[in-house]
Parts: sequence; C-alpha cells; structure tokens
Amino acid sequence: MKNKWLAAPYVVWMALFVVAPLILVVIFAFTDKAGGITLDNFSNMATYIPAFQHSFVLAIAATVICILIGYPLAYFLSRESLMVRKVAMMLIMLPMWMNFLLRTYAWMSILDDNGLINQFLANIGFFNLINSIFGTNLQYIHMINTQGAIVLGMVYNFLPFMVLPIFSVIDKIDHRVIEAAQDLGANGTMVFRKVIFPLSLPGVLSGVTMVFIPSVSTFALSRLLGGGKTLLLGDLIEMQFLGNAYNPHLGSAIALVMMVIVLVMMAIMNRFGEGEEGVAVL
Amino acid sequence: MKKSLALLSAAALTLGALSGCGGTQSGTADDPGAADKGVVNVYNWGVYIDESVLEDFTAETGIKVVYDTFESNEAMYGVLKNEGASYDVVIPSDYMISRMIEEDMLEPLNFDNIPNFEDVDPALKNPDYDPENLYSVPYMWGLLGVIYNTTMVDETPTSWDIMFDEDYAGQILMFNNSRDAIGIALKELGYSYNTTDENQIKEAIDLLIEQKPLVQSYVMDDIFEKMQSGSAAIGAYYYGDFLTMQEVNPDLAFCLPEEGTNLYVDAMCIPKNAENKENAEAFINYMCSTQAGLKNCEEIWYSTPLLSVREELDPEVSGDPYAYPDESILAQCESFKNLPADTLALYDSEWTRLMLASN
Repeated sequence: MKNKWLAAPYVVWMALFVVAPLILVVIFAFTDKAGGITLDNFSNMATYIPAFQHSFVLAIAATVICILIGYPLAYFLSRESLMVRKVAMMLIMLPMWMNFLLRTYAWMSILDDNGLINQFLANIGFFNLINSIFGTNLQYIHMINTQGAIVLGMVYNFLPFMVLPIFSVIDKIDHRVIEAAQDLGANGTMVFRKVIFPLSLPGVLSGVTMVFIPSVSTFALSRLLGGGKTLLLGDLIEMQFLGNAYNPHLGSAIALVMMVIVLVMMAIMNRFGEGEEGVAVL
Repeated sequence: MKKSLALLSAAALTLGALSGCGGTQSGTADDPGAADKGVVNVYNWGVYIDESVLEDFTAETGIKVVYDTFESNEAMYGVLKNEGASYDVVIPSDYMISRMIEEDMLEPLNFDNIPNFEDVDPALKNPDYDPENLYSVPYMWGLLGVIYNTTMVDETPTSWDIMFDEDYAGQILMFNNSRDAIGIALKELGYSYNTTDENQIKEAIDLLIEQKPLVQSYVMDDIFEKMQSGSAAIGAYYYGDFLTMQEVNPDLAFCLPEEGTNLYVDAMCIPKNAENKENAEAFINYMCSTQAGLKNCEEIWYSTPLLSVREELDPEVSGDPYAYPDESILAQCESFKNLPADTLALYDSEWTRLMLASN
C-alpha cells in the first residue's frame, strides 16, 4: 500500500502538465477572444479540411512504410544472437541521441538538388549514363521540397518507435508455442501466419500508435523538407499561436478536433487487438 | 486517500513554484544598486547583431544580457501576447510597433536615460509609426529587394516580375510570412502595401497561388543557406542580408524592383510591464553608441540610423546607393503601416488559403 505513494510525483506531474493543459485547450477551443462561449472556432473548420487530409495521408503513408521496414527487421533481429541484437539495438537507438531538428537539417543537405545524393550520382557518372541512353538532360533528381521528402523525414525519425515494440513482443513469444506448431506439422510460412504474426499484433499496434500520432501532429518537417508548401496540421496549429494569425482559440479548436479524430482511429484499431496487452491507448 | 494526497502535493508544488518565482523577481527589483546589476532580457531578430556587443555591454555596465531571437514580427507578437514570456527590450519593425502602441503593449521610454538618441538621423525621428517618438529608438533600417544568382539567371532583372517567371520554376524562394509575401504580390499588381481593399488583397493571393508551383520553398532566415549554396536562383530579402550572402557567394546580385519596394525600420522598444526597465534603457542607449553601432553595422550590413557611425564607415559602404539611398530611390519606396483589424483577419484567412492550395 505504502509503495503506491511513490507514484505521487508522477500523478502531480500529469495533473500539472498533461491534464491541466488539456483542460485549457478545451476551454480555449470553446471561447472567443472576448472570453465569451462560442462554437465559431468549429463552424469554420471546413476551410482546413485540406490540412487534415494532407496530415492524415502523409502520416498513414509513413506508418505503413514503417511497418514494412520495421516488422521484418524486428522479426529477423529477434532470431539473432544476443550480441547481434545488442549491437543492432544500439544502432537503432543511436540517431535518437541527436536532436530531431539536427537530424532533419542533415536530411536537407542530403536530399538537396546539389546535395550529397545528387553529387554522388553525378560523380559516379550516373546522370551521364542515363542521359546518353535516353537522350535526356538530367542534372539531378529532385527530392527536397516534395511530399515524399516529408514522408521520408517521418519514417526516419519515427522508425525506432515501430521496431522496438514489435521486437520486444516477438522476442517474448514462448518458443514452446512455435515448437508445438512445428510438431503438429506446420511449415515455416504457416507458423509465421498462424502463430507468430497474431501473437506479435500487440507490438504492431503500439508501434502504429507511436509512429502515427507523432507523424500526424508533426510540425517543422513540412517546412524543412517540404519547403513549407504543404500545410500540415502541426504547422497550421503553430501558425495560430506563433504565426501571422495569432488566434489561440482557433488553434486549440483545431488541436481538439485532431485529438478526437486520432482517438477515434486508435479506438477502432484497438478493437482488433482487444484483450491484448501493451496497446492501452485509451 | 491516494487521490487526496496527490492533490495536496500538487497544490504544494504549485505554491512552491509560484512563491519561488515571486522571490527571484523581487530580489532583482529590490536591490538594483548591488554588485549584481541584474539582467536585461532582449528579444531580437535572428542574425541581426554582432554578439560580441552583448559582452561589451555587460563588461561596461555589469548588466547580464539574456538574448533570444525571433523569426518574424508576427511570431514575436504571439510570444509577447502569451503572457508567459517577458522581455525588457524587443526590436520589431515599424508597422508592428504601431500595432503594439495601439494595443497598449509598449512602455513609454525615458529619454533622459538614452542620451545617445541625439545621434539618430533626424529623418528617422518622429516616424509615422510612432509620431511623437515616445516608444521607440531606431536600431537598423533598409530596403527590400530581389536577390538573384547571376550564374543561374541570364537576364538582369529590374522588376518583381522575375519572382513570377515560369522560366525559373523551382528556383524561386518566397517569404514564409503573410505581410511580406502579400506585399510583393501587391507591388507586382501595382497596388499599395497598405491597401485595405478586399479585392486587391484577394487578387494578390490569387497571384501567389498561381506562383506556388514555381516556388521552391517558403523561407525566412533559411534563405541565407539556400542562396549562398546556390540551391535557389531567386529570392526576395533585405539589402543588408544580401551583402552578408554576397560575402559567401560572390555570384549573387541585388535588384531594386522598379514597381517600388519596402523601406523598413526596426526599432528598439520596451514592452509594457518590463521588469528591468532601467536596464533596458541602458541597453538601448548602449546600442546607440558609436562603438556598438559600428560593430553591428559591420557585422550585419544593414543601414545604421546613427550619424556618427555613418561617418566612421568605409566610404564605399556609406556611399552605397542601396544602403543609404538618395531621394530618387526613396521616392519609390513605401513603408508598411499597421492594418485595421478586419484587414488583418482577411490577411490571415487569405494566407491560409494560399498555404492550403495545392502545389
């Protein structure tokens, strides 16, 4: 009983820095500049549908790519020796020791029209080869300031959050279950399809949550990698607080709508993983 | 039981934090004469000072400088409106100063503490944005224009047209800031920066939407990197910054568009209820000294309002027609004025329309 009191600092922390701000967001969303209660902030929301669309489409794309890259990586990693796993974990975590913005700046100089990739391709004569075969006049591959670059930024920054939960769930699967399946005549594919994959779903679900939510609410990525040409929700909200508009009420309303949509999506997802542990978002 | 404990400690923590804050505040206010002369919190544009000037100031006065930067007038305004942040000196531009005066966000200055104000060019005193010159002391001023890379642009541009030229698709950098970006479109269309005509503003946004597929990216200070490295061919920015960029990349050139351009003044002000007003005035005074003015000027290359600094400058710099333009150039320039609230609201919704438009 006494030990529970040790949680008090965190409860205080949550109350001050999670619950209180949330309450403020709700209050701001339903009030206007004069302080009166209003629904105006929501009635104009239709204007911002393109920002919602961009954000959700790009975040879903990033999440799917993270699964496609992260799942096989986590799966094969879990079958490696302890040493290999330790080194691999280290390499996966390593980029996270550096600041998000710095990593993104690095991508800017990698993807630039005069950037590292294009310089490399030019130096090995790739463009000359292509141009002589197809008679084109290709000088560089345009990558920066596109929506693809934004998705790349999301994948790069959030991939570890997909790999780690999937890895830890697969790693904990009881080997006797797999052996039992093999004893009963299941081949490799069937073991994966019928045993390993279903048992790893909770990891996938928490990975999806941990990649999708930061992706959908990200800001600065669009500005740095997308040239500021695709307005995402995070940027739209930032614009209401620090931009030209200065309308924290509208900003809060947009943030609230985004949170509700994300919560609904997560609730639907959790239906699939019902009864499993490790996905408790709600 | 557990809940009530949590609530209690929350209350205790809040109280502790609050009283802690109060303590430090009164601490500096009560004994300004002590060995520790306290601090001055300065909020300036990015890339807009010779930072060694801050150390000189501390060495001379014993006042510590806490220095922060912002990217646009609007961002600075947002931060000041969020009561959390408190600064003693801010350096906004002309139109933002008049907006802040109107909204009672600035403290009148005590010019007895700023004797160096005498050195300010009389032409810049009592400006439109602060007609009685009660709230502001000019820091730097200059002209906006088109910066282009001569190896990537064959012609010699003379007008804003180049920013909308399809030949340079993907090579153009545009302001990521409604006032400046819409301003360029308004000038291209032959209108005033300060128009309140709804149709003219909408027409300007339509033009910017048409321009959007040609734009490589919307930038503020990231324009330095992109123009210096040659990743973009054309961008609009300030003449002082052009000189800085040209030091790195000599291929860059500057054009003053014939349709007219923006003449701006950035001035030092003290926000309402600043905690260290006297330190702030000491700071403003120091920034108006010849020594500090010269250092800043030679670092950022903007035009100085200080007559003594202009005399000390290399004649090549002080004779530069774009840095210290004559009447014929000034006649083509227009300053931003503060816009009425409904026009500002229109700017916001129209700017969002541009940002949401497809590429």
